[in-house]
Amino acid sequence: MTELTHLTIAEARDGLKAKTFSATELTQAHVDAIAKARALNAYVLETPEKALAMAKASDEKIARGEGRALEGIPLGIKDLFCTEGVVSTAGSKILGNFTPPYESTVTRNLWNDGAVMLGKLNMDEFAMGSSNETSAFGPVVSPWRREGSNVSAGASGAIEGTHLVPGGSSGGSAAAVAAHLCLGATATDTGGSIRQPAAFTGTVGIKPTYGRVSRWGTVAFASSLDQAGPITRTVRDSAIMLASMASPDPKDTTCVDLPVPDFEAAISRGVKGLKIGIPKEYRIDGMSPEIEQLWHQGAEWLRAAGAEIVEVSLPHTKYALPAYYIVAPAEASSNLARYDGVRYGLRENGRDIVDLYEKSRAAGFGREVKRRIMIGTYVLSAGYYDAYYVRAQKLRTLIKRDFEEVYAQGVHAILTPATPSSAFGIGEKGSGDPVEMYLNDIFTVTVNMAGLPGIAVPAGLDAQGLPLGLQLIGRAFDEETLFAAGQVIEDSAGRIKLPQAWWA
Amino acid sequence: MSVDEKTVRRIAHLARIAVTDEEVPHLQGELNAILSFVEQLNEVNVEGVEPMTSVTPMVMKKRQDGVTDGGYPEKIVQNAPATEDNFFLVPKVVE
Repeated sequence: MTELTHLTIAEARDGLKAKTFSATELTQAHVDAIAKARALNAYVLETPEKALAMAKASDEKIARGEGRALEGIPLGIKDLFCTEGVVSTAGSKILGNFTPPYESTVTRNLWNDGAVMLGKLNMDEFAMGSSNETSAFGPVVSPWRREGSNVSAGASGAIEGTHLVPGGSSGGSAAAVAAHLCLGATATDTGGSIRQPAAFTGTVGIKPTYGRVSRWGTVAFASSLDQAGPITRTVRDSAIMLASMASPDPKDTTCVDLPVPDFEAAISRGVKGLKIGIPKEYRIDGMSPEIEQLWHQGAEWLRAAGAEIVEVSLPHTKYALPAYYIVAPAEASSNLARYDGVRYGLRENGRDIVDLYEKSRAAGFGREVKRRIMIGTYVLSAGYYDAYYVRAQKLRTLIKRDFEEVYAQGVHAILTPATPSSAFGIGEKGSGDPVEMYLNDIFTVTVNMAGLPGIAVPAGLDAQGLPLGLQLIGRAFDEETLFAAGQVIEDSAGRIKLPQAWWA
Repeated sequence: MSVDEKTVRRIAHLARIAVTDEEVPHLQGELNAILSFVEQLNEVNVEGVEPMTSVTPMVMKKRQDGVTDGGYPEKIVQNAPATEDNFFLVPKVVE
């Protein structure tokens, strides 16, 4: 029998239903794997007792024939989701031991469907980063190693050698899924934070349409861009998980009142008769030939499955990233104003209230977060608002219009690379110039700016043996086409062989 | 546009983040790198373009103006660093 931790969600669901193994056995296998993988730093908080109690309840449900959609499925939760009675940090010191007295809608939906919580996953502080290096709890180590690399787990359990980043901001989620430390994980995506780490770790990640998933109870970064979605090992598993995470929600006015489609049914639709666009503006200078080749290969796979491939133009693509670095910090500066050292979290006393605010925020926020709050404050300040913020919002209108025009020509989905490169080493990027790190999101950020759904699917390995992903961008509220086309890519590429547990 | 040290201190104060003298030049360099990166937006003619206000066109949800939650002040203050009788404690604000 396959190791329990190596099952897909779909396989585990079938095994639990057939009583081949129990939810308790499945959860225990994950609890053990997590305990042996602490060197990866994927989990910031393990909740084994809670997990086993939830698994026991699932076994009782299954015994009574009352199993729900995710009954007994062990999941990891990005530490951006507030979980009732369980410390939630957003990867920041400023939240201290914040213990929410409420449950986020996303996690509530998962528990209502019978899922089991293994723990909270590491992430870039407030989801600001592309490598998981800005976390107050230290970086996550990718389970992937370059071919011939000397990275290993030393005698003390610490990692030796230059290891790779799992991407970010959902780095813990992607690493945990790739390292078999959960069957699936929740993640969030503001500029690429689901799709880039999925691509770096050979996993599948989907950012749904803005409004598909409730943001209630998820720590806010940039409210007009943030969306939650799953990271899993297969396209089918992403479809299963997203169906549970999504729901209308009266507590989030930006969450749409649309029924959640049967995403899993969509994966077998195929792409026959679909028109897939290849945007010429994504062919950027200096793109690696491997990525170019993979992109071409992806188009050929879709063509072979019956899709029509057409070249399309999204002329404002290059302005998406600079516009994002105005809009997202502006919203962040406003959202993060709530961390004041008074109502929750870390407090540094001062001579007066302003001094208390300034000292608490200086001590609690990391460098990247401070930088973004300050950029946001600047672009919203008197005299600069029109020149920066209003102009960026106008660009956003143009970026969205580009997509609308392509879709109006009958294009059903757009195929692009997910990232401009494979995973890089810890400390290799952005230490001098923050913009170097920001360029990681060049292919993903347009999708957030336009509010569209996007999925990253592993499509091959580069010369160093590291995974590369392709991205499919869909029409608003048409995640189903992304699952259908994503499945074609997964079937054509073959499932990526994930790394052996060298860290255990 | 680029920012000088004085502006960095002013922004930090507006953002309510204390900065040390050593941090200011680093922040200045980083902020200017970002500002120079976003400069390229000036190439685009945005005349007559409406700034985006809502990415998903939808009618704003409304609900009855009624009390649906609350009545648990101890839960509201449970994570606060300093409280007294379910009030948040802060240094004296009004003399």
